[in-house]
Amino acid sequence: MALNTTTTTLEEEFVLYANETPEFEAVKRCIQCGTCAGSCPAVKWMDYSPRKVFGMLRSGLVEPILKSRTPWICASCYLCTARCPKNIKITDIMYALKRFAIKENIVPQDITGHILIKTFTSMVFKYGRNFEAEMMTTFLLKTNPFSAISLTGLALSLYMHQRMEILPHRIKAMNELSAIIKKAELISKNGKEE
Amino acid sequence: MEFLYYPGCSLGVSASNYNISAIKVCEELGITLKEINDWNCCGATSFIALDELMGTVVSARNLAIAEKQGFKELVVTCSGCYVTLKKANTHMKERPKFKEQVNEALGAANMTYSGNVEIRHLIEVLALDCGLEKITKSIKKPLKNLKIAAYSGCQLVRPYCTFDNKEFPHVLDDLLKTTGATVVDFEFKARCCGGMLMQTNKEIAEKMVLDILEDATRHNADCIATACPLCQMNLEGFQGSINTHFHKEYKIPIMPFTQIMGLALGLKEGDLKIKRNLISPELALAK
Repeated sequence: MALNTTTTTLEEEFVLYANETPEFEAVKRCIQCGTCAGSCPAVKWMDYSPRKVFGMLRSGLVEPILKSRTPWICASCYLCTARCPKNIKITDIMYALKRFAIKENIVPQDITGHILIKTFTSMVFKYGRNFEAEMMTTFLLKTNPFSAISLTGLALSLYMHQRMEILPHRIKAMNELSAIIKKAELISKNGKEE
Repeated sequence: MEFLYYPGCSLGVSASNYNISAIKVCEELGITLKEINDWNCCGATSFIALDELMGTVVSARNLAIAEKQGFKELVVTCSGCYVTLKKANTHMKERPKFKEQVNEALGAANMTYSGNVEIRHLIEVLALDCGLEKITKSIKKPLKNLKIAAYSGCQLVRPYCTFDNKEFPHVLDDLLKTTGATVVDFEFKARCCGGMLMQTNKEIAEKMVLDILEDATRHNADCIATACPLCQMNLEGFQGSINTHFHKEYKIPIMPFTQIMGLALGLKEGDLKIKRNLISPELALAK
């Protein structure tokens, strides 16, 4: 069987993606000082620290980073971004890495962040707002039904304290929001800026 | 003073005690929070992790509505909404082509947005527009014996905040000091509560919250004041589970800062929805 010569590797795909994502330009400025890694409250649960992520990306060790847990462990607290002496938008780069991993379907096995993202956005596609009760139930059933049981207590307590609704609220102009989102999706697919 | 107000998804439901007390405190100080028409979710941290343009247009629809309603500013109470909406503005300002694309998408509903609506958090409006002096003068029941850990959290002060220090915030402290209470020194006040990791990687987020609870306790705080519904949920709703997993016995009341201000302003507990708090602050307040 002949090899399909039009197939691009993951790394080539990433180079194209990085070129059209403004945040990546700044990775070149990284001086490997480690301020990001030293600041991160979640670094000990990451497989590569943010400093290492940039070091590896620049030295061409791309694939392990793309398939890494690191962006999924980032809690998005922006401490690294606030402290980076080279003004690299590190948190935004973590988001960009998440987008790439979702797009290429290479999210690590034990990660559920992408499922949360898809469940959350599906609420907004449906109602225009997050519907917490349905969002959490759907997410837990998809990922860890056992923990759904452990969260029943909290859900009940919230309900008793009038902080949980059992019916969703749908925005009035749902059709308008849907049209806007669809259009954005189309523009994104058809070509990036520049 | 009247401000256009964007409550966001959590404030309507799981942080309804924060929402209602915020509105009441503002009323008491002569500020009207007018809810923005038919708002949608800001997109939170989810849309931006799926598609940047989609995430930005979801935010921008709200800002376009604000502009159409004739307002140049939009007040938020959720730190997540604060960052997300500000990020939409930042992208539109820094990337002209991207701004065109946002407006092209908004065009599908005959909407347009300039990128110029300023996003402001309620603590900024209270501290700067209303002013600490006016608030201090309005205090009717000083909370002299209460010790508060003012927890600013992360996204309120980073990365876009211009009114407070990104690492050593003080505006929430300043506001709470007007109540006559003691605001304790608290190293973890701008640390992250774990955010959505509480859903995806509970063991990590619980450890992050534990550090915050420990630090507040070490400084003898009677309660922790929050200014974000996600911080409130992680610190309050998961305290029991943290106690189980780490063999602790924490029962620290987590209070939206507006409830504490409201009490000092002489508002009734019922108006501030204090009974909706999962951990009763009764003991702390009896001091």
